[in-house]
Amino acid sequence: MRSIGSYETVTFLLAENVWLDALLRMGIVALLVPVGVILLTWVERKVIGRLQQRLGPMHVGPFGLLQGLADTIKLMTKEDVRPDSADRPTFELAVFVIVVPVFMAAVAVPFTSDIFVRNMTLGLFYFLAVSSLGIVGFVMAGWGSDNKYALLGGVRAGAQLISYEIPLILSAVAVAMLGQSLNLYTLVNLQDNTPFIAYQPLAFIIFVIAGLAELYRQPFDIPVAETEVVGGPSVEYSGIRWSMFQMGEFVSLVLISALASLIFLGGWIWPFSADNATWLQVSLMVVKTSAFILFFMWMRVSVPRLRIDQLMALCWQILLPFAFLQIIINGLVLVYDWPNWTLTILSGTAAIAMGTLIYHIARRSGVLYQTSGAAQRVGSVL
Amino acid sequence: MTYEEAIFYVIAAVTVAGGLGVVIARNVIHSALFLIMALLGVAAVYVLLASEFLAIVQVLVYGGAVTILILFAMMLTRVRDTAGPMDGPQRPIAALAATIFLGTTVLAVTQTEWRGNTEEATVISIYEIGEVLFTTWAMPFEIASLVLMVSLIGAIVLARGEEGE
Repeated sequence: MRSIGSYETVTFLLAENVWLDALLRMGIVALLVPVGVILLTWVERKVIGRLQQRLGPMHVGPFGLLQGLADTIKLMTKEDVRPDSADRPTFELAVFVIVVPVFMAAVAVPFTSDIFVRNMTLGLFYFLAVSSLGIVGFVMAGWGSDNKYALLGGVRAGAQLISYEIPLILSAVAVAMLGQSLNLYTLVNLQDNTPFIAYQPLAFIIFVIAGLAELYRQPFDIPVAETEVVGGPSVEYSGIRWSMFQMGEFVSLVLISALASLIFLGGWIWPFSADNATWLQVSLMVVKTSAFILFFMWMRVSVPRLRIDQLMALCWQILLPFAFLQIIINGLVLVYDWPNWTLTILSGTAAIAMGTLIYHIARRSGVLYQTSGAAQRVGSVL
Repeated sequence: MTYEEAIFYVIAAVTVAGGLGVVIARNVIHSALFLIMALLGVAAVYVLLASEFLAIVQVLVYGGAVTILILFAMMLTRVRDTAGPMDGPQRPIAALAATIFLGTTVLAVTQTEWRGNTEEATVISIYEIGEVLFTTWAMPFEIASLVLMVSLIGAIVLARGEEGE
């Protein structure tokens, strides 16, 4: 592997004072993110509408473009209902515990070589650690609502998110091994010739599947499944508090997509040179991130929901061993200094093996995995 | 008072409040949530000491994993509020044990001759941590992973045994 050089990163200040600078950056994020979320809700309804041969929202504004805005006004003016028996502090704080970590994670994600909040040495690690805090919020919301469905949803969310965090982190570790760094800048700069997806197809597939599960979107929307737990942890929330759930969900969708395009698809560099113009960097990132977002939306309408035991079996019995396999492959190649193409071949073979394994298990049993007694009992409890 | 000190006192207050909350709260779930607060406060202290790696590990392991498992277990077992203080004849013994523990801790902190510079936090890069962890301290590291492995297999064996019944 190429050794890491010291990459000079451009650090520009919006204001002379460090605190004022930080405040300004936070202000920009706090203004842009809600606008982005409003747009994304419209995009999601439109995309899903088209995929289901419907038109999606059409009435408010041209092509229904202002539907998101109308919904926002509705949600903000709606009454904030709280169940009488709810545990007040837990119920009210839960939404913040969900949203704040998402914004904290956004601090570490650079969008181009100039546009970022903080360039951290441990950026990748920080992102994964901080986004794991959101689980506490779901569990709090589930328990604090004093509602059976909310509690079930909260417990499901805890089980699912904590399980899928492990393959997600391990696949990121595989990339960090290859780049010998946890700095997202260094990782992107190393991909100016070949994006890491070419060397790590297995880690990429695991990252996307685990990322989809961390976003609890279909087919992994078990914690919030409407037909099973009627919305899960968010069932008792209304108005502005409910919209904070929505905001957390959509911001994480953007962040996971951005992270995937940074560490696997070469971020703002590949397929151009390292010092391309800012507009080109922005458009590269927008294209790559949107591709992931659209893929996640596409999955939502085309794959049926898994059962909780199938979900757990996929995580612990397939994704986790294969993530370790990817790390072992990387270790061998790095220690013995084999050429890079061996990495492509080994990881690619393992990725195909994992795909075939999942396909055969799904074919043979009609479901994803033969249910074991323990999993069935967990399934009946959840 | 420098602003570092001001930040430290805020963090310390949050941590101590979290710790007190764990003990005082009547509801076990509230105690667990206060525990998360205290552990995150400790992570913030690590950040102030320029040990970012340790801080992130603290958030990842204690903030997002261990406490979730505690909460998870409580929710599945339907814990109830503890009615009134749980008191008993052990009270004086407990007080004595707590006082001795506090005394030992305070003594240890004040009497130890700390190595290195205590005036300023030394920044240690993640590369150095990795190198030392896998060369000088490779043995303790391996032993720790062995212990984890044993407990993991033990948990599986116990779960399997239940399934057979």
